[in-house]
Amino acid sequence: MLTVLTPGPFCTVQDAGRTGWASIGVPRSGAADRAAAGLANRLVDNRPAAAVLEATAGGLRVRAGRTVLVAVAGVPAPVTVDGRPAPFAAPTTLPAGSVLGLGTPPAGLRSYLAVRGGIDVPPVLGSRSTDTLSGLGPAPLAAGARLPIGTEAGAEPFVDVAPVGVPSDRPVLRVLSGPRRNWLAEDAWAALLRAEWQVRPDSDRIGLRLAGPRLDRAREGELPSEGLVPGAVQVPPDGAPVLFLADHPVTGGYPVLAVVVSADLPAAAQLRPGDVVRFRAA
Amino acid sequence: MRAVPYGDRAVLLEVAGAEALAGLRAALLATPLAGQVDLVPAARTLLVVLDRPPTDLDLAALRRLVPAAPAAGGAAAAVELAVVFDGPDLDEVAERTGRSADAVVAGLTGARLTVAFGGFAPGFGYLTGLPPELHVPRRATPRTRVPAGAVGLAGPYAGVYPRASPGGWQLVGRTAAVLFDVDRDPPALLSPGTAVRLRAVG
Repeated sequence: MLTVLTPGPFCTVQDAGRTGWASIGVPRSGAADRAAAGLANRLVDNRPAAAVLEATAGGLRVRAGRTVLVAVAGVPAPVTVDGRPAPFAAPTTLPAGSVLGLGTPPAGLRSYLAVRGGIDVPPVLGSRSTDTLSGLGPAPLAAGARLPIGTEAGAEPFVDVAPVGVPSDRPVLRVLSGPRRNWLAEDAWAALLRAEWQVRPDSDRIGLRLAGPRLDRAREGELPSEGLVPGAVQVPPDGAPVLFLADHPVTGGYPVLAVVVSADLPAAAQLRPGDVVRFRAA
Repeated sequence: MRAVPYGDRAVLLEVAGAEALAGLRAALLATPLAGQVDLVPAARTLLVVLDRPPTDLDLAALRRLVPAAPAAGGAAAAVELAVVFDGPDLDEVAERTGRSADAVVAGLTGARLTVAFGGFAPGFGYLTGLPPELHVPRRATPRTRVPAGAVGLAGPYAGVYPRASPGGWQLVGRTAAVLFDVDRDPPALLSPGTAVRLRAVG
């Protein structure tokens, strides 16, 4: 059992998400930075589908009910065990009763705490992820939340530490041409690649809302809703693009100008309000 | 049919009509592509989500995909929804369509509706099959809160809100049916292909 003492600004349980339910309107959800969540799981030799804690801007403190092996990956943030510094991105033993603290990351947004065996809250439609859009899965964590630990682990890990870089706060994300590029003005694609885009404060797990030059439509009328993917850059009527992340809606009715390549989604998920992002053609 | 890559993990199929779309979905459910993760049916498109980059071979295979008959057991049997037709927009719908509220209700209860696709919220189904004279635009100003079970109209579609949410559809009634329950199998009462009838009660 892990007990949450403080969740920090926002902390949820996440795994690989709910797949296969899109036709009844259930978003996929899952860890925003899949690569980081996967690394945290590998460091404690969990199964890839094991659930982890996704801490947003640090601030998480948990107490271990029994001795457990844990690892933190994602954006580097100061890790402490009972107040003493502990390694980042390395398997770490939390003795029974000890408290793991996660400080505020100097850059980036999301860190992942994996516990050997996985967080064992009851799955909903096959996933333990909190879906902030549709409200499925466990509620965002609050102080006092008690999280059971499961058995989704393999052999004892033998890795000591994984090198993890600090994410850039001015990344360049690679984009492919989107399926509705022709719904936007001819220079919209060039404008997307040329401009610097600032991440707006109303960004969240659903998507990054970007401030920059207005992207105009080439044609009026309503696009019939169609499926969305993470990384889709959709342009609503106000001309300000939205880059969808893990909790994106299943379908959307505004034209998608571009799609961020999947390898760059982790970098997108680590952008925080105020960061500047650019795009280049993949 | 057009098949275009959508990012590096999906292909978007543009389909002529709802029937063709259901047939293609049935074909891909019966014989999935390697690494097929999910299918997202929508109004005129079917999004095929993969766990790997789509190849030219995938695009070619999708372009010559033969629609299959939707699986008999795949779509649930016809669902009858008991509806109290006392929605706040019923009179406005009657006025817009130039008929009495009773005639609107008769048109709705007489229609053979089908779930074309989902997407707005878990358990929400876009119901097609409304008589054209009952097509009404959405409200100019959406409501900030529509209660669960509200039955609404928008354009060619009818729909039932699975849970309380903001919404802009014209509300004509309400049902006590539970549209979505994660502890039920299947969780959604309505899924693509389900036939739906509205029955007036109360």
